[in-house]
Amino acid sequence: MGSPGQARFLRLGETGRARIALVVDGETIEALEGDSLLVAILTARGRLRRSEFGPEARSGFCLMAACQDCWVWTADGHRLRACDTPARAGLSLVTEQPELSWPNRA
Amino acid sequence: MAEPRIIIVGAGPAGVRAAEALVAAGVRPVLLDEGQRDGGQIYRRQPEGFSRTPEQLYGTEAGRAIALHRSFERLKPQIDYRPRHLAWNVADGVVHTISEGKPGQFAYDALIIAAGATDRLLPVKGWQHAGVYSLGGAQIALKAQACAIGRKVVFLGTGPLLQLVALQYHKAGAEVVALLDTSPFPRQVMALPKLAARPGMLLKGLRIVGGLMASGMAIHRGVTPVEIHGEAEAGVTGVSVRLASGEIRRFDCDAVGLGYHLRPEAQLADLARCAFTFDARTRQFWPEIDADGRSSVPGIYLAGDGVRTQGADGAEISGALAACAALEDLGRSVPDAPRAALRAKARVMERFREGIAEAYPWPAGLAADLPDEAILCRCEGITVGELREAAKEKGADEVNRAKALTRVGMGRCQGRYCGHAGAEIVAAATGMPLEAVGRLRGQAPVKPLAIAAGEVQP
Ligand SMILES: Cc1cc2nc3c(=O)[nH]c(=O)nc-3n(C[C@H](O)[C@H](O)[C@H](O)COP(=O)(O)OP(=O)(O)OC[C@H]3O[C@@H](n4cnc5c(N)ncnc54)[C@H](O)[C@@H]3O)c2cc1C
Ligand code: FES
Repeated sequence: MGSPGQARFLRLGETGRARIALVVDGETIEALEGDSLLVAILTARGRLRRSEFGPEARSGFCLMAACQDCWVWTADGHRLRACDTPARAGLSLVTEQPELSWPNRA
Repeated sequence: MAEPRIIIVGAGPAGVRAAEALVAAGVRPVLLDEGQRDGGQIYRRQPEGFSRTPEQLYGTEAGRAIALHRSFERLKPQIDYRPRHLAWNVADGVVHTISEGKPGQFAYDALIIAAGATDRLLPVKGWQHAGVYSLGGAQIALKAQACAIGRKVVFLGTGPLLQLVALQYHKAGAEVVALLDTSPFPRQVMALPKLAARPGMLLKGLRIVGGLMASGMAIHRGVTPVEIHGEAEAGVTGVSVRLASGEIRRFDCDAVGLGYHLRPEAQLADLARCAFTFDARTRQFWPEIDADGRSSVPGIYLAGDGVRTQGADGAEISGALAACAALEDLGRSVPDAPRAALRAKARVMERFREGIAEAYPWPAGLAADLPDEAILCRCEGITVGELREAAKEKGADEVNRAKALTRVGMGRCQGRYCGHAGAEIVAAATGMPLEAVGRLRGQAPVKPLAIAAGEVQP
């Protein structure tokens, strides 16, 4: 797996919002209410997921629901687009596609 | 006569002004938008609970943003607004939607497509690394979420958004290492007469340049991108470009905002079978429209940046004009005087758009010159060399054939970010003119759908 690394995004303001906790790949991360999932993850780690087609880590690209580079999954296999899905307290996510979730395959 | 069924796709400036014109004529349109909130791209709203003022968020455009948001609040009770509804196909007079996994269908007498734009991208070696974002994406991180895409950011590409976002980052307290513009400075000067069609906008542009000069960030124009350096795990570590002087220079950074102006999101128009035409100035195909936004297909109207990159003010005007055209074609009388004024303004917007396209040209030669090993399709890691080989050795001299052979344009983004460069590569490899290699045809669904378990696709 390799370490998910240091936070990629840098918060420049709006930090007075309520703190929420969510779980990503089994690790608890802290985020702020109103964060997108992408921001919640990238203010805690350096990457969102790994490319299925190359060695490199991925961290989204367009942030506007156009490139689909930011898919993550709920524990039960529901696919979420991290850039336009709000982070909610208690969400548990995995960044690799779980098995047997055929309805959500690309 | 029964109430006409008019559907608008897109709640940005174009869609909102279209809705307003329809409501004024006594029609209650359906307004579909994929987003959580109205506003579209430029007047994108921040989530509830954020506290920045409109001036902080929208700068010089705060007044227009507030005006549009207020118009929308007034309209809301009089329209059938459907946020979080992706329009994923248009066929036989019906718009197919999906909302939180649930499919829907909306039949129409007239359809106004105001789907906006996405960044126009040109690959550079290394652009697949984590930490490379589209310019628009870099702006959204800041505008919608108050974040910078990294600790040390380089902006690379060309177009008005490049300078604007670099300045917005600087003002918000981010460290901008460099602004690297592929457009040579003389091109920007030569475009001044056309840009002067909108003196106010020109002045705003000059103020942005002034702000950038005062910021102390490194600014280079007329650069040639060489490589985005990076490591598989850590992502971006730097950017190298050839400066106008010929010197190759490296800038260390952990994030890159990359973009070459905008391209219309024209897939729905394509699915509705609207005719497209080649624009030699910007080197792309886009849908044909008349002065009021009528497409080649009766009942389909196109407005805003989803058809011509005129910017937000132009989008408001073209949205209103498209609504008037729809009403007129449905047999409603539309007052002439305001329309004539709108058309006159639209011509000014179009002249300015041409000026922008000339000031910040799409650097087609860069695509043709990409090294074989550079990744073209970031979705599936397909290289420039693979596409070149298909074009040269396997006779794929048309982009849809090349797509079938190489999968370039078939990945998750469906060709949004590699399509224009791919066409340039095929054209250069085969020696054919760009218009002859064609364009990637739009395919339904316009974005991959996540169907909720148990739901059946319509
Ligand atoms: C990322 C980005 C940033 C920009 N920033 C600036 C800026 O700072 N300053 C500036 O002057 N201009 C900016 N522009 C240009 C700006 O987009 C336009 O001038 C203006 O927003 C165009 O208005 P519009 O109504 O045509 O489209 P938009 O404002 O883009 O609105 C289009 C709407 O359509 C919706 N939509 C699209 N496809 C579908 C679909 N299939 N189903 C349902 N809904 C759909 C989208 O969710 C969106 O809300 C930016 C453009 C982009 C892409
Ligand atoms: S980052 Fe492009 S779709 Fe989410």
